[in-house]
Amino acid sequence: MGVAIFLALLVAPEDSDQGISQRIFYIHVPIALTAYFCFGLGAWKALRLLVRGEERHDLESYVAIHQGTIFGVLTLVTGSIWAKASWGHWWLWSEDQLVLFLVLFLFYCAYFMLRFSLEEGPRRARSSAVYALFGVVLIPVSFLAIRLAEGLIHPTVFTRDGPQMSASMFATFCVAWAAVTLLAYVLYRVELVGKRLDADLHELREILR
Amino acid sequence: MSQGQYVAAAYGVVFVVVLAYVAIIAAKLVRLERQTAELLELAYRRSTEPSAPTGEGASTT
Repeated sequence: MGVAIFLALLVAPEDSDQGISQRIFYIHVPIALTAYFCFGLGAWKALRLLVRGEERHDLESYVAIHQGTIFGVLTLVTGSIWAKASWGHWWLWSEDQLVLFLVLFLFYCAYFMLRFSLEEGPRRARSSAVYALFGVVLIPVSFLAIRLAEGLIHPTVFTRDGPQMSASMFATFCVAWAAVTLLAYVLYRVELVGKRLDADLHELREILR
Repeated sequence: MSQGQYVAAAYGVVFVVVLAYVAIIAAKLVRLERQTAELLELAYRRSTEPSAPTGEGASTT
């Protein structure tokens, strides 16, 4: 992560159009992609729970969606700061990309309301899994909105002709993306281990009682 | 605010949120460690009480 920040802030060339504020791109886009990935992972684990009925996928799905929500908050905040620096506005309701990401984020926020309103057990696991699967439909819609809509001021960097940036910028982006993905993976594993340990201790306490 | 300050704010927010998240997880791990020690002590006490069969008579913390 340190290498990525060093490359993003000091090594990558300054963008001729946006200037220094373009450097937010190296943190904002990898975080957004990681948020999409976490929501997708949560849905995949939910699907496995519904198909195979393995209880452990419930906790994995929950932790992945929790991670996705945290990275979703960071996407919205860093995107908003970048928007203010580049466009002069914190938020534009006319931008489909922004609104669709907000809808996706709020949809998964509601996941926690559903989950914690139900009693712990197989019913809660199945209901949460079904909800998580519904949300996955919004991911490609949100991701592709920037390409499908017209008249946007949100920049499109990755087109069919490849990344619209210099090689050093693209290399910096790749390093930043790898760093954020690694960070998300480590946080996912640590949180998952903590939650499993918590559940095991709870069970052990019941046995010893 | 200058453009540079916006960049610093964006990176700063990410740093603070990740730091807070790590601090919350660390606090949770400390709690789990304490609970593990309590259960270990309880299990040890049970094992050294020959007159108290499992699940009966033994007091809990």
